[in-house]
Amino acid sequence: MPLSGAFLQELEGIVGAGGLVRTFEGRLVYECDMHTFYKGAPDAVALPRRTEEVVEIVSLCRRERIPIVPRGSGTGLIGGAMAPVGGVMIGTNRMDAVLEIDLPNRCATVQPGLINLSLTRAVASRGYFFAPDPSSQMVSSIGGNVATNAGGPHCLKYGITTNHVLGLELVTGAGEVVRLGGKAADRPGYDLLGAAVGSEGTFGIVTAVTVRLLHAAEAVKTILASFTAIEDASEAVSAIIAAGIVPAALEMLDKLMIRAINEGTGAGYPKDAAAVLLIELDGPAAEVEAQGERAARICWERGALEVRVAADATERALLWKGRKEAAGAVGRLAPTYLLQDAVVPRSKLPAIMRELIAIGTRHRVQIANVFHAGDGNLHPLILYDDRSPDQLERAKAANEELLRACIEMGGTVTGEHGVGLDKAKNLPLQYGEADLNFMYRLRRAFDPDSIMNPGKLLPSHPACGEGFRPARPRVPDGAWI
Amino acid sequence: MAIGPDVGGPDLDEIRKCVHCGICLPQCPTYRVLGEEMDSPRGRIYLMRAAAEGRVGLTETFRRHIDLCLGCRACETACPSGVRFGTLLEATRAQLRRGGPPARRRLLEAFVFSVFPKPARLGAALAAFKLYNRSGLRAVVRASGVLRRFPGLAAMEALLDDVPAAVPLPEVVPARGRVAGHVGLLTGCVQRHLYPHVNRQTAHLLSLAGFEVVIPRGQGCCGALELHAGRPEAHAARARTLAAAFPADLDFIVTNAAGCGAAMKEYGHRIPELTAFATRVRDVTEVLAGADLRLGPLDLAVTYHDACHLVHGQRVRLEPRQLLGRIPGLRLVELGDSELCCGSAGVYNLLEPDMARELLDAKLARIAESGARVVAAANPGCLLQIAWGCRERGLDVAIVHPVELLARAADAYQD
Repeated sequence: MPLSGAFLQELEGIVGAGGLVRTFEGRLVYECDMHTFYKGAPDAVALPRRTEEVVEIVSLCRRERIPIVPRGSGTGLIGGAMAPVGGVMIGTNRMDAVLEIDLPNRCATVQPGLINLSLTRAVASRGYFFAPDPSSQMVSSIGGNVATNAGGPHCLKYGITTNHVLGLELVTGAGEVVRLGGKAADRPGYDLLGAAVGSEGTFGIVTAVTVRLLHAAEAVKTILASFTAIEDASEAVSAIIAAGIVPAALEMLDKLMIRAINEGTGAGYPKDAAAVLLIELDGPAAEVEAQGERAARICWERGALEVRVAADATERALLWKGRKEAAGAVGRLAPTYLLQDAVVPRSKLPAIMRELIAIGTRHRVQIANVFHAGDGNLHPLILYDDRSPDQLERAKAANEELLRACIEMGGTVTGEHGVGLDKAKNLPLQYGEADLNFMYRLRRAFDPDSIMNPGKLLPSHPACGEGFRPARPRVPDGAWI
Repeated sequence: MAIGPDVGGPDLDEIRKCVHCGICLPQCPTYRVLGEEMDSPRGRIYLMRAAAEGRVGLTETFRRHIDLCLGCRACETACPSGVRFGTLLEATRAQLRRGGPPARRRLLEAFVFSVFPKPARLGAALAAFKLYNRSGLRAVVRASGVLRRFPGLAAMEALLDDVPAAVPLPEVVPARGRVAGHVGLLTGCVQRHLYPHVNRQTAHLLSLAGFEVVIPRGQGCCGALELHAGRPEAHAARARTLAAAFPADLDFIVTNAAGCGAAMKEYGHRIPELTAFATRVRDVTEVLAGADLRLGPLDLAVTYHDACHLVHGQRVRLEPRQLLGRIPGLRLVELGDSELCCGSAGVYNLLEPDMARELLDAKLARIAESGARVVAAANPGCLLQIAWGCRERGLDVAIVHPVELLARAADAYQD
């Protein structure tokens, strides 16, 4: 829907000519995020710097019933930061200031466009860090992390984004500025903060985030263990957790992924291994030492080819660089891929890996694997060439089958990437009619005119108030989430 | 107008290696300044792809986003998929140049490309400038305000504070002591005229390290400026002339200018018969890092700025730091954002003075924070740009090529 000249003029009056992208070429590059499968260019992109500007933009769009799509760094994997029905995209990346660092209270308040890693860099010299570390942390924004309730390798021990957000300033879809949560440990009333984290821009736009900072551990040990069979690596994961060790991170990579990463980053993962585990332990030095020895012994007992401890900070950084750039390195294997984010109970890891290999063979697709083994959170990358319609169809079929297999094993459709446009259709696998209807009503409380990020998070439903009819039966009660 | 490999445009397979992950974004200077997707590497590749697929024409807006790229290649260092962005950029610019430069840049570009890559003409132009500088005409011109109307010209005028006298180097500098090898030295166009002492000191250090240094006359310019501006034919002609000027039996061809080194190491990409030549090209710091060099003490706090085409174009990051670290008494202080472009980028600071200025300001702020009194940078463009900025800001910092510090340390060495 093209925007009227008068509307654009008003918008320009708010953010200035330099804060508004109107050209065809400019809008085109905002048509997708990292999930390039879904494309939809906005009719304009506004790049505000202050909360007041965001309020004015939202109020203007509400008055004219123009959809709004928030966007941070555009690194999402769910088709969240694209405009399926056009409208105004609000890019938060010029709002990237650190507003306050409050070390006595172990927290910081930042604007939403601040890059995740920049916050840790700002406080690292004083011994602190911001725990949520999605693999995109060198580019993804904290606002985007909040919107998708992002996870990351170290969430196994430290928890996901929601465990680290103390307060939010939110401009709701009605154009009101509300403050949710705060520095104090407990707050009377409803936990609206919990509801807003992970709301994917459907409640409004976050304009400031107060996050918890943690004190860096005394010692860190990173262990690389390689295996000749992916099942052995999966069993080692279960055994490590069963032994009462809670690693800071426990990641698995398969052979195909190892190849891409070695070519890309030169991380030096063992190239003949069928699977590699990256185990990180942190805490008091003596504890880390003892747990490191036990974890290594478990890996040897499960038939490890090699168990190697990173000798210094440089080697450790290189091992992690390889892991964090994994999804980016896949360009070396294929031009396009479908990336899943499904979760299975950890005990089902060996079974789902067997199933995954079978699915790949059945549909004749290559599947590269990199995942948070400790959480049972899988990230299979199903490779295809988008110039071949046949390959795309096979990749999609494999993808569907894989998702179903995870649900059947008691898992969920998404672990940490969020729902977006991509998985909204899968939500009925997880939730019943009443559950979804309640979520619609909650959304309307924040965004009365349904202008905020339409089509994302919840499956599109009939006209307002009619409620939602699930297409498929829900997952049995007691399923693992 | 079409774009794509069959019409001499960027290689579509290379474009398709980009999986849109965005890891390049924070490393891109123009994205850092503007915060706009279309002025990021990911956005530019997306535009190239859209053009190749016929979704967007080679419009003025398209050209604007491509022109604004510095070609610093920081995105290549960041890219996990190994997209060779520099190559894509050169090919896209070549496509855009088919219709000539945009009107507002036409005069300036014509001047730049008729002078810079031709050492003799650059020498003549600089001699005229020297006259201009000494005659008092400079004061008149500056007072007239004419420079305000031509920001590109103003940028160039400001860069050149003083021009040293050019003394030609001998054609052969013999090795001192045991001969470790035979190398050729590129004298370059800008380096030769503005920093002749850096060339002399480079030859001196190589000689001390046991290398016989051959400095052929008539080697000309490496052609990097033309390649980056989308003039591949002119670049290829210069590359062939340059390679032919050096004897085929040299161990290495050594350069002390990062931009030249990066272009020469990649000659083989475009001109297959120069592949063997290209594999012998080395930055001076690569050669010296492995050599036996005796260095005396220098009591200095030095910070090191990574020239883009050394750190990103050639992936030479450790050698200059290791060499400086070998100088007794020298304290090497890390520079914040040392890998972010200073805005010089060949002739970019003349063609895009506003963006160049923003980047220079950021660089100067980091330099001031470092507390160092000396900044070392291994490329003449960076030296000119940062020196100008420091002068203008009244920052009491000396800007030198690492070779200058090494030469002083070698002189300070006593048995």
